Amino acid sequence: MNSRANTHPLGGAILKCAYLMGTLVLILLCAAADAGASVDARDYPGAAWSPYFVGVAIGVLAWLTFYFSDERIGASSFYAQLAGFLGKVVTPRHTESLAYFKDKPPRVSWEFVFVIAVIIGGAIGALTGGEFANEWLSPMWVARFGDSIALRAMIAFPGGLLMAFGARLAGGCTSGHGISGTLQLNLGSWISVICFFIGGIVVAIPLFKW
Amino acid sequence: MIDPGKSVQQSAKKPEPVAALPKLITGALFGLVFGFLLQKGGVGKYNVLIGQLLLQDWTVVKIMLTAIVVGMLGIFPLHHFAKVNLHIEPTRVGANIIGGLIFGAGFGLLGYCPGTAAVALGQGSWDALFGMAGLIAGSWIFAELSGWTKRTIETWGDLGKVLLPDLLPVPRGVFVVGFALALTVILMLLQQFTTR
Repeated sequence: MNSRANTHPLGGAILKCAYLMGTLVLILLCAAADAGASVDARDYPGAAWSPYFVGVAIGVLAWLTFYFSDERIGASSFYAQLAGFLGKVVTPRHTESLAYFKDKPPRVSWEFVFVIAVIIGGAIGALTGGEFANEWLSPMWVARFGDSIALRAMIAFPGGLLMAFGARLAGGCTSGHGISGTLQLNLGSWISVICFFIGGIVVAIPLFKW
Repeated sequence: MIDPGKSVQQSAKKPEPVAALPKLITGALFGLVFGFLLQKGGVGKYNVLIGQLLLQDWTVVKIMLTAIVVGMLGIFPLHHFAKVNLHIEPTRVGANIIGGLIFGAGFGLLGYCPGTAAVALGQGSWDALFGMAGLIAGSWIFAELSGWTKRTIETWGDLGKVLLPDLLPVPRGVFVVGFALALTVILMLLQQFTTR
């Protein structure tokens, strides 16, 4: 099959992606040029509980989700399902024509409910530990980039956008690949999670250290 | 509750728009616990997640590696005795690498990942909302391009379902024990040489 002929209508989309990336790099450079002194993450509050205790508990939780729900822990599909629901409201026919939604029709799945419950679980954890933040900006962000919420939004939104695109392409996120896939010794999950960290380190170090 | 004996038989029928209620209830319960644990583990915090990417705060890797060791030591025996299904995504080397690097770049910008953004929202770190909006937008853009990625990137190095033990001429059980030991040694070294 000649795939080259099929890529033609997408040339524009790829160009737009390139523009988006270019704009992003510019915003990044501006942000970094404006940045304050280099900061150390360890100067800010850490975890309430031991990472080993939490890790053991998540490992056991993985057994339980496999055994009782026949599902693996994952998070990123939640956002794809939300996108699908919104798409079905705005442009139902177009949404149904897209290859991804043909394979995985948006639905209220186990994972959808799971992630909504994660939000509530996070709230319970914070409230029981006196850690409810109620803030738009992390103190570490403010120390580096100042107190503009707009600047944070300009970095966070494209960050989320790239992350979801990457997760869908790679087939999972830090939960689906990073915990569930790796613990099943899935080759693709180990490749993906190593790339998650390489990509993250390459972006975070200039952002915070230069 | 789903009967574990029956759960090993995969159903082939088309999924309903809303999953069965007992299944959704287990999802809600397990989600509550997962969100609670992640928050207590500190990984809803921007500085802990960015700290990992700056190689200053090793909390994220410690939690992940511990969960992997404990998880694999339970899942593989359960699977051996036909109590659970494995849920393996196919390995597509090109898509795993390119998607993984794009994901990582986004992770570095946002400072939360898809699951920990949900935790951050729950603990009142409202900047997670910008990231979640981006996650929805990015999912949509991927869906728009999914016909194309399926014909191109997702065919590059498509190996199907491959587990690490398949790469070595050793029995799966031996590999699992050996790998768990190796990861434990890494965890002990991390504990020795990192301050957080």
